[in-house]
Amino acid sequence: MSQAETNRAIEAVWRIEQAKLIAGLMRLTRDVGLAEELAQDALVAALERWPKDGLPERPGAWLMATARHRAVDRIRKQSLHQRKQDAIAYDIVTENGDGDIDARLDDDIGDDLLNLIFIACHPILSTEARLALTLRLLGGLTTQEIARAFLTPEPTIAQRIVRAKRTLAQARIPFEVPRGVERAERIASVLQVLYLIFNEGYAATSGHDWMRPQLCDEAIRLARILAVLVPEDPEVHGLLALMEIQASRFAARTAADGTPILLLDQNRARWDRLLIRRGLAALARAEALNRRPGPYVLQAAIAACHARANTADATDWTIIAKLYGLLAELTPSPVIELNRAVAVSFADSPAAGLAIIDRIADEPQLGSYHLLPSVRGDLLAKLGRHDEARLEFARAASLATNNRERDLLLARSTGGN
Amino acid sequence: MRYMIFVKANKDTEAGKFPPEPELTRLFSAMAAYHEELTKAGVLLDASGLQPSSKGFKVKYSGDKRSVVDGPFAEAKELVAGYTLIQVKSHEEAVEWARRFPNPMGEGKDAEIEVRRLYELDDFEPNPGLDKFREIERQAKG
Repeated sequence: MSQAETNRAIEAVWRIEQAKLIAGLMRLTRDVGLAEELAQDALVAALERWPKDGLPERPGAWLMATARHRAVDRIRKQSLHQRKQDAIAYDIVTENGDGDIDARLDDDIGDDLLNLIFIACHPILSTEARLALTLRLLGGLTTQEIARAFLTPEPTIAQRIVRAKRTLAQARIPFEVPRGVERAERIASVLQVLYLIFNEGYAATSGHDWMRPQLCDEAIRLARILAVLVPEDPEVHGLLALMEIQASRFAARTAADGTPILLLDQNRARWDRLLIRRGLAALARAEALNRRPGPYVLQAAIAACHARANTADATDWTIIAKLYGLLAELTPSPVIELNRAVAVSFADSPAAGLAIIDRIADEPQLGSYHLLPSVRGDLLAKLGRHDEARLEFARAASLATNNRERDLLLARSTGGN
Repeated sequence: MRYMIFVKANKDTEAGKFPPEPELTRLFSAMAAYHEELTKAGVLLDASGLQPSSKGFKVKYSGDKRSVVDGPFAEAKELVAGYTLIQVKSHEEAVEWARRFPNPMGEGKDAEIEVRRLYELDDFEPNPGLDKFREIERQAKG
């Protein structure tokens, strides 16, 4: 193997092992910053040794053993005044033999990893910090990659990560997986972070940037990991299902020139059947837990209705309208009402849909949302009220930010709809 | 990117023969542990074993004619006995996961796996012919 090939191989091992490594080290050091530093030290050691010695049989165990030796070295070199460090030294020195450590690591790694996910998504951190820390510690993305993905200067991201680690250290977060109500709250925070990462990648605004699909992949990968660690939570499976099904439409959702294509106009032949199958399976796991569906399960169920329909005409709008109704009860929002209005207009009648829209038309949240007049215009046109429809399309055109969409709306505002 | 790990067939898999105990239990646990590790890492997309070629068939094309030829097929090592589909970030990550694949015939036995990268949608420009193909594939898979 050439030096470059070996380095790439090490990078791959690193991607596979680093989250587990940091998670295990965090249990020993009780400090996420130190754990990451030790893991990095082990990586540097691997970059020195493996090109000469070849890749070890169990690279994960090698990295862990090396990181632990570094930890002991450090503690010996540094003064042992702080009790915290004494505790680390005690923990590390009293473990017997590497075999034992391996066994213990295998036992606890699930909890350690979950703990690391919880820490990275801790509610005391700002949302931006949570996103950056999660991608760094669990996704193994470099600061540069994260900066690129969020179109943010690299020093900003670096600073965000440093500050987040400091906040965590100062807050003396307990390093145990929380139980009960707190656990549910922490899981909710993790799900929010994963969905934000996914949506950041899914937004079609700068589709040419290669980092953005990677954000989607990363969010889905982490949700898949979470679904193994927290199988008892239906919302975890619900979010996974939602992301798998949304990702299945990746290739269909933009035209060659980058214009977004609305769900009902997408070429369903371009949907990824494997991801749909996985999404439906995740949704089935959520539903099998037999609990009152939460927002992610409901959104996944809606996505699944679309995924199951072989053509747009075959969509089961009655169920979708019902699901939007349940979703609106749980998390009331005018955007959900707008979606419900569309579903009702297909399931029931355009007039019924229009009645819902007219109830939310004055919501300030929708004031600059071009889809509101666009949908309203659509329903008015279906009801034969063409003059009113043209006015709505003109209003929608004035709000649309995408040129192609604006052109289409303008054409409808002057034409015969 | 997606990679498929193919387990190549041999005389035994073609005969539908599994190793005797206790190797069988050991083999199954190693396979289960490996796939569990893939699942825990969030990289496993799909996996399955394939029945012997005696339960399958071929369609052969020659000029305008096509004929169905029932299995089994002679060249066992050219056949596939199972597959594991993974999603990874790089070629090297695929290599690293494949390197950890347990010997599919049981430790100490001769065996071979082959790893191939899948075409992704982005590898093709939009093309009506391809879309038609996907449409058919989609209907076939329900």
